[in-house]
Amino acid sequence: MPKKRISPGFKLFLLISPFMLLVFILSYFPLYGWAYAFFDYRPPLKLSQCDFVGLKWFEMLFRNPTQVKQLLKVMRNTFAMSGLGLLVSGLPIMFAIFLNEIKAPWYKKFVQTFTTLPNFISWVLVYSFAFSLFSNSGMVNNLAINLGLIDTPIKFLESDNHTWLKMCLWGVWKGLGWSAIMYLAAITGIDQELYEAARVDGAGRFRLMWHITLPGLLPTFSVLILLSVANFLSNGLDQYYVFQNAFNREHIQVLDLYVYNISVGGQNSYSPATALSILKSIISVTLLFVVNRLSKVTRGETIV
Amino acid sequence: MSTAKVIHRRKRTPGEICFNIINYSVFGLFTLICIFPFYYLIINTISANNLSANGLVNFYPKGIHFNNYIEILKLKGLSQAALISVLRTVIGTVLTVMVSAFLGFMFTQQKMWGRKFWYRFMIITMYFNAGLIPTFITIGLLLKLVNNFWVYIIPAIIQPFNVILVKTYLESLPSSIQEAAEIDGAGTLRIFFQVILPISGPILATIAIFSAVNQWNSFQDTLIYITDEKLHSLQYVLYKYINQANSLAMLIKNSTNLSNETMANLASQQTPTSVRMTVSVIVVIPILLVYPMFQRFFIKGIMIGSVKG
Repeated sequence: MPKKRISPGFKLFLLISPFMLLVFILSYFPLYGWAYAFFDYRPPLKLSQCDFVGLKWFEMLFRNPTQVKQLLKVMRNTFAMSGLGLLVSGLPIMFAIFLNEIKAPWYKKFVQTFTTLPNFISWVLVYSFAFSLFSNSGMVNNLAINLGLIDTPIKFLESDNHTWLKMCLWGVWKGLGWSAIMYLAAITGIDQELYEAARVDGAGRFRLMWHITLPGLLPTFSVLILLSVANFLSNGLDQYYVFQNAFNREHIQVLDLYVYNISVGGQNSYSPATALSILKSIISVTLLFVVNRLSKVTRGETIV
Repeated sequence: MSTAKVIHRRKRTPGEICFNIINYSVFGLFTLICIFPFYYLIINTISANNLSANGLVNFYPKGIHFNNYIEILKLKGLSQAALISVLRTVIGTVLTVMVSAFLGFMFTQQKMWGRKFWYRFMIITMYFNAGLIPTFITIGLLLKLVNNFWVYIIPAIIQPFNVILVKTYLESLPSSIQEAAEIDGAGTLRIFFQVILPISGPILATIAIFSAVNQWNSFQDTLIYITDEKLHSLQYVLYKYINQANSLAMLIKNSTNLSNETMANLASQQTPTSVRMTVSVIVVIPILLVYPMFQRFFIKGIMIGSVKG
């Protein structure tokens, strides 16, 4: 009887095959869930027991006036938050460049250590901080009332004033120090001889920052900007979920939060939510391809 | 050395001195803003509770006591949530470190059948997912992981980014290490466990710290997949406590002995504020404990990642 021979290469593959199966189930198989967008799915039932409705939900998203209005609002919030995020994406660069100008190593280390810390706490904890400091009975209102600056507490959390800006600022508080690390690392990679040569030519400190450090960081910056453009529709859920309340819903509901709210979050509209998920995935992948292409053309190499 | 110092000193113009002062102050201020919330919560949890509930503890602790940390353990559901959080952190981290190490190692094996394909097959999932609801339907409804502890673990096991880190790290080592072991007749698995694992310490430590923090901080999966209170994580319980001050007050009344309610005990009497803040501090303490270790590992981690990612 001829013995069946398995090549060593295939044996190696067999070793990783359980994990590839897991990747398939968790990341590829859910694409099957896209089918739910074409049915009128009601949770306790099985998909086969639900009516096939074709493109009804997609049409509803774009034809039904109240839906369109709602969706426009959500998209406006998504664009506003992502847009603000892009606007402040220059801050980490400034942070890194100016921190690099601090010559006392202990101070530099002190700043870096403690400004990075907020990145490692959860958004729930950030919300807990926000609650302790800015709620009606929080520290800021208490201090201001005791000092006679205001008579009634300012509603920082339970109002819809400047919601976009507040969310952006919390994002900066949490992420600035961490985002700067990448640039600080890039600064150490800049050729020191460039600085020497410029100094010999009589360049002062600010000229060095402007003409050598900043250009040295631009390649890193362009990659990060392109990636954040690709993630334009993905604001994430945690931050907006924990900060949302009855007062600020108009301006805080970004796409990710909206999809959650209309489905798992209570309203059980799984099929329209899936339709939205599909559109989001398609747009995101398209964006990724576009920026990847853009990167290839402008920088000569792809990001992904 | 001394001439360099002289030159340095001579070059400082008034503009530069001014710049330095502003630069140091702005960074000092921002650092303060970053630390203060942590400090504020901690001093409030060790201050007299009647003072902290009325917002009278702002910059330094008043009437120091540590009763809150003892009383908090009596709260129903909190120790259960802490157990869930610890379990998911430990199990999730161990599994993802082992699997990342194994896959990272296997993807360096040139002769593997379809190596490039499977590598891409895995990497693509970093950039593309089916979306919240299709994923929920698959993991939650089809795999029946709704209200199941393993929903915290299984989706977190394979992290392509971690696999990239290990693979890049191993590729930077001389290949003669593995060849020597092969000549000695060791099989793939034996090489992995006896040769590769021991030399991958630094990169595995990086992965371990990152995934432990992710597991500990994770909130969204409880939100989406869990309704059973027994499986709620600490993060989720904290969120509930913040939003339900009233029911929290009830819970406190039920858990503490009412006969103790005298003026003398007001300072250590639990209030919604004290519970909220104490739980917050408990949630943040593990992060503060592992944080010094970050300093050693994270820059290395993200740099490798940014090169190859």
